[in-house]
Amino acid sequence: MNLIVEREKSFEGLEQRIQELRSRGGADAGAQIQRLESSYEELRREIFGNLTPWERVNMARHPRRPLANDYIALFDQFDELHGDRHFRDDPALVAGFSKLRGRRLMLIAQQKGRDVKENIRRNFGMVSPEGYRKASRLMTLASRLRLPIVTLVDTPGADPGIGSEERAQSEAIAGCLTALSKAGVPVVATIIGEGGSGGALALALADWVIMPQHSIYSVASPEGCASILWGDASRAAEAAERLCLTSNDLERFGIVDEVIAEPLGGAHRDTPAFTATVIEEIDAALRRLEVQSPEQLRERRYEKYRRIGSWQEDARRGIASAAT
Amino acid sequence: MPMPDWLSIRRDKQIPAEEAGLWEKCPSCGEVLYSKDVEANLSVCSKCGYHFRMHAYDRINSLVDDDFVEIGADILPGDPLGWVDKRPYPQKLEADREKSKLSEGIVTGLAAIEGFPVALGVMDFSFRGGTMGTVVGERVTNLFEEARRRRLPCIVFTASGGARMEEGMLALAQMAKTTQAVERFMNDGNFYMSVLTDPTTGGVSASFAFQADIIIAEARAAIGFAGRRVIEQTIRQKLPDNFQTAEFLLEKGHVDVVAPRPRIRETLVRMLDYAVDRRRILSVLKAVPEFALG
Repeated sequence: MNLIVEREKSFEGLEQRIQELRSRGGADAGAQIQRLESSYEELRREIFGNLTPWERVNMARHPRRPLANDYIALFDQFDELHGDRHFRDDPALVAGFSKLRGRRLMLIAQQKGRDVKENIRRNFGMVSPEGYRKASRLMTLASRLRLPIVTLVDTPGADPGIGSEERAQSEAIAGCLTALSKAGVPVVATIIGEGGSGGALALALADWVIMPQHSIYSVASPEGCASILWGDASRAAEAAERLCLTSNDLERFGIVDEVIAEPLGGAHRDTPAFTATVIEEIDAALRRLEVQSPEQLRERRYEKYRRIGSWQEDARRGIASAAT
Repeated sequence: MPMPDWLSIRRDKQIPAEEAGLWEKCPSCGEVLYSKDVEANLSVCSKCGYHFRMHAYDRINSLVDDDFVEIGADILPGDPLGWVDKRPYPQKLEADREKSKLSEGIVTGLAAIEGFPVALGVMDFSFRGGTMGTVVGERVTNLFEEARRRRLPCIVFTASGGARMEEGMLALAQMAKTTQAVERFMNDGNFYMSVLTDPTTGGVSASFAFQADIIIAEARAAIGFAGRRVIEQTIRQKLPDNFQTAEFLLEKGHVDVVAPRPRIRETLVRMLDYAVDRRRILSVLKAVPEFALG
């Protein structure tokens, strides 16, 4: 079971007790409620105030974490477009024309399901080649129509099935990266939950990358990493410690440009307010970027990724800039 | 430019490694082969055609006309995450340097093949499984930027297990970096061929490997995005033997040509002959005499 859900369950008794006292009222209830509430808050701060990397992995996968559709609902308009024109429409990748604060844009998102049935339809947010081809088709269209590209990233990784290999998953992901390299329009990516490896990066080669505090973004899933290192996927928590997959680490490395603090206990504690904050920041990023010319955007995006690396001469600084 | 040390060393027939193992057993057909014969046959089993993995410098040696001017050899790995699993990452790197006689997972440089000046990159699986960390990403990016500046066609031999875990997201971001450099290079009207060798998977296959104009796969190579084991675990069944092989990819339409190793060079040359205006390249090279090759 999800670690965070388990922790939340341990509070249920206390929450119920407070609720009961509240509804019963009475002369002595006030003081008791206050006492219970302050110990409740203190406990919550203790448990959720300083999450380990593995706890954050669980937070990013929390069954109530805001999903792409929770964010898409806050845009002024959204008209979904379907299909890769070759094979099928991939429900794990939702994309289409949209408007935000009156600005026209192209919205491209990875969509997980809220329940088992929807998750099966959405393939748990694992995008197939068709999904990436739909995305790159619409990225190219956006660039031609001069519409900024906004992406929402939330995937455990690209789909690893037989069909995906038969239809060239690698080529489809490379196609998205190429389309984003070429785009002469602002690209703003937000890692809303899980940023799983190349399947996530395919939508996140961006001028501005936003990451909510408890999202994760990783070169490999902690389970996959543990299985490679120790032949034991159950040591995922140890792997999570090493992968530097938290927002703080990634901001330090220059992989992420902006981290948005989440409410204590995670974004799902206050989905309406939190998703609205993220949308505000996406809007602000677009406003900063849309004054740049297509050439400027491409040049700066190139330089941004050109600098990411670390080799011997400057390993001590953690991140490095290329010599030339 | 003088011939680099490694080239003279590897061209010298007195390599200790060669002396050590006089005989090799083919893992495919079990035939016992004379090591020097195997090497003379580009590390392909003369009986069954099994392709042994090939050292990057042996590969380069088998392709280039004359000198190979290595670039990017001074870009060497650090330890940005302070990674430790069974051993600290720097120790793993040291062991791989020892084992592979390489400084990192790719060798890049400038050379001529059958008179065609080219930028050439060759990955080697024996260094960290050919994984792409920041050094591989930087060397590949440098190679394409140099090739673009000189308007040279670019050829990259891939062999990789994907992005390098020990460098975390810094490694994954190299997919973005290399893709951009390749896109710029190609967008300028330059020609790029990749040769996918055993194995080519993950972050390398999903970036510069499959971006090429012409994709050649070495016979029998395993090529795909997800590793075979991952897929088997996901679908809980055994995969057919030919799944993710070069021949499978040809049938599915993912690669232009499948060629056995002894025919890779001539295939490249034939493609270069169609795609490249040799006079244009030579005129550009004359303008930069210190790099005039071939």
